[in-house]
Amino acid sequence: MARGIKDKVAILGMGCSRFGERWDMDADSLVVEAFEEAIADAGIDVSQIDAAWLGVGFDAMNIGPSGLPLSIALRLPNVGVTKVENYCASGTESFRGAVYAVASGAADIALAVGVEKLKDTGYGGLPVRSRGTTFDLVGVTGSAPGNFAQVASGYRAVHNIARDDLKRAIAHVSVKSHANGAKNPKAHLRKAVDMDTVLNAPMIAEPLGLYDCCGVSDGAAVAIVTTPEIARALGKKDLVTIKALQIAASNGWELQYAGGWNGSYFHPTRIAAKKAYDEAGITNPREQLSLTEVHDCFSITELVTMEDLFLSDEGQAWKDVLNGDFDADGRIPCQIDGGLKCFGHPIGASGLRMIYENYLQLLGRAGDRQRQTPPSLALSHNLGGMPSQNVSAIAIVGLADA
Amino acid sequence: MADVGILSFGAYVPRRRLQRSAIYAANAWFAPGLKGLAKGERAVGDWDEDSITMAVEAGRDALTGIDRASVGSLSLASTTLPYADRLNSGIVKEALTLSDNVAAFDVTGSQRAGTSALRDALEAAAGRSAPHLCLAADMRKTCPASDLELLTGDAAAGLLVGKGDVVAKFLGAYSLTMDFVDHYRTPGMDYDYVYEARWIREEGHVALTSRALKEGMAALGIEASAVDRFLVPISAKGVAATLAKKAGIAETALADTLQASLGEAGSAHGLVMLVAALEAAKPGEKILVLGFGQGADLILLETTDAISKLAPRAGVAGSLAYGAKDENYLRWLVHRGQVAVDKGMRAEQDQKQPSTTLWRHRKAAMGLVGGRCTETGTVQFPKSDISVNPNSRTSHTQEDYPLAEIPARVLSVTADSLSYHPNPPLYYGMIDFDGGGRMTIEFADVESEIEVGAEMRMVFRIKAVDEMRGMVKYFWKAAPAR
Repeated sequence: MARGIKDKVAILGMGCSRFGERWDMDADSLVVEAFEEAIADAGIDVSQIDAAWLGVGFDAMNIGPSGLPLSIALRLPNVGVTKVENYCASGTESFRGAVYAVASGAADIALAVGVEKLKDTGYGGLPVRSRGTTFDLVGVTGSAPGNFAQVASGYRAVHNIARDDLKRAIAHVSVKSHANGAKNPKAHLRKAVDMDTVLNAPMIAEPLGLYDCCGVSDGAAVAIVTTPEIARALGKKDLVTIKALQIAASNGWELQYAGGWNGSYFHPTRIAAKKAYDEAGITNPREQLSLTEVHDCFSITELVTMEDLFLSDEGQAWKDVLNGDFDADGRIPCQIDGGLKCFGHPIGASGLRMIYENYLQLLGRAGDRQRQTPPSLALSHNLGGMPSQNVSAIAIVGLADA
Repeated sequence: MADVGILSFGAYVPRRRLQRSAIYAANAWFAPGLKGLAKGERAVGDWDEDSITMAVEAGRDALTGIDRASVGSLSLASTTLPYADRLNSGIVKEALTLSDNVAAFDVTGSQRAGTSALRDALEAAAGRSAPHLCLAADMRKTCPASDLELLTGDAAAGLLVGKGDVVAKFLGAYSLTMDFVDHYRTPGMDYDYVYEARWIREEGHVALTSRALKEGMAALGIEASAVDRFLVPISAKGVAATLAKKAGIAETALADTLQASLGEAGSAHGLVMLVAALEAAKPGEKILVLGFGQGADLILLETTDAISKLAPRAGVAGSLAYGAKDENYLRWLVHRGQVAVDKGMRAEQDQKQPSTTLWRHRKAAMGLVGGRCTETGTVQFPKSDISVNPNSRTSHTQEDYPLAEIPARVLSVTADSLSYHPNPPLYYGMIDFDGGGRMTIEFADVESEIEVGAEMRMVFRIKAVDEMRGMVKYFWKAAPAR
């Protein structure tokens, strides 16, 4: 196997805008809001940035093509700026670009930015868009909840779980995330909800009700990365380093190969998780991971992902969830910041927003929501597409000596 | 010389049966006189059905047990063809995966388009080297609170016409053509302009048609007493019985006009009634079919022993038995574009269909033709240069593999209330075909919850309509197996 990225790159600074219906701001202003926090945290000048990556999901909707909008918004010093798009994994994808640039030695300091301005569409949910003229001939353009609800039906059928049991388990996922998000000043939704509210909410895509779906919001997040040596030379003492960074993409097997995939899990996530654990030297994720931020676009996604990350046994996550294993005070907290559920999902920003929370938790800077047991390794998981065909991205960050 | 006649037949009636009482209840304030017609039910196509999709279903039914490569030509008769200039029967040909070498043409312009097309096919059969698939379908757009709204119904029929082991032998035909303007519709008109019912009945339905019967029966050399089944596709009250009486045909020979359970299916109705008659007929029965519209057609057939050996099919009886009662008049008006609803911004997605893409993928998009690897046997949809089989990297090895007639089972499903859909929620999911092949597909005709594992059958339907450019886009959907 490749030598991997472990401890070759450190996070110098991070920032995150307030997420929400930011009627007051364009995408570039959201980027500036997150960037100002990140560069202050990094303690560098903009002239020290050697290269930049920009992750955005819906290019028609917000800032247009190319890396130019980022270069202009931040008045970067004419460095290379690359725009990346990889569905909902676009945020982690931009982080990967910056991290790899530093690891290769091509850049000393690199910038990763993720942003999305969704609330100019005029309606709830993600923008409706084409997936190409050939797909449009034969494909189904379902909504995101419709696509992800499919995995609920598959999971329930494969593991023979009663409808009400699964509905209660996914409701617990949302109740837990709302409780966490209520403590987060940057979250979009900051209200705790109870089980009854979640269970009785209007149906969006059977079995996903309103509270099983994450919010839709505007937001941006930023990371500035460098080598551990440069970070230390710049005066950083507690270093958070990148332990693993893996992306796995479907190749059509799940969607097209009859009798293969059984519809109950996310195939690329399992592959990305195995590779990430290998890269990070993690042999027992249930013992070694302190917390996770996973792609809870829908409650069922988070639940199934617990199995795909090998944090629950196959077919058992619904019980572990109901048992509180992933609550803020559980065995491995998941979405201690409130997750996509409470932040909403500005596509390009989400992956970096997850890493931002893990970074804060590792440094003990998470305020009211700080995990009591001091964390040492934290995983984030960013998923784009749909259960039958997706891009799964995993980033593991940790204290330099972890 | 081999017999000429009908080799096979089939029909299609959409699932929903709108109760005429529901139509009347909504319109009684304006047109209380409709009460007399407010009995029984009429078939209504779903939002994604039209004359093309219904014709495809009737064609599939008619081709039950028949090698599709054997069909030499096809025609589609209808006065409600979706395209004014694009070969509608050409779309049907692609959906039925008939050979590229077939001849195809549309027949339209009158309520007897169906019988005229059949007459022509029967007369031409002797000179044709391969069977002709004669299809007729109609989904008439009728003005709310009109008689026609209550009288008509949506349906399609198909008859395979040719030489050889026919199930019904062609004994002859007779036609009159006279410009009797009981109604008309010119391009741009939404609805037919219909003249006075009493005059249509006396001068048209009875006088004109009686002349055709008198002259035709003499020309065909058939005695009234020899007619076992007399098919009059005119639903106006009492017309069929009057015609039979005037012609001396026994009342017991009169076929049901299907008015109570279906309605009059426009120019397809004569053929729909013929299929219903053939389903019930025993060998050796003489069937006299009438067509009316700016003249009249008479077609005389006689069933043979082969009719008892025909493979089972849905037909008219099967389709009628599969009905689902519907009381939602307003939904039907919305689906037929007669009442506008606020569709929301999600409906604004551009549906432009580049012809270039459609041409490249016409087999996949219109015929649901996937690929089968000639080396590994892996089936997939759509085809690709490199096989989806994870254990092989065979490339450029896939041959055409039609999936439309293969049963499939549900692997995942949801009812999506967020997506725009003309009949929400949008039901869709993944299906596995028996013997290989998997796809995500929209579900149609969903009446109750669909579970993982449920058996589905493929149906050809409207996928979307590009309202900006007037294009109707078709594709296949999965419906619960009957």
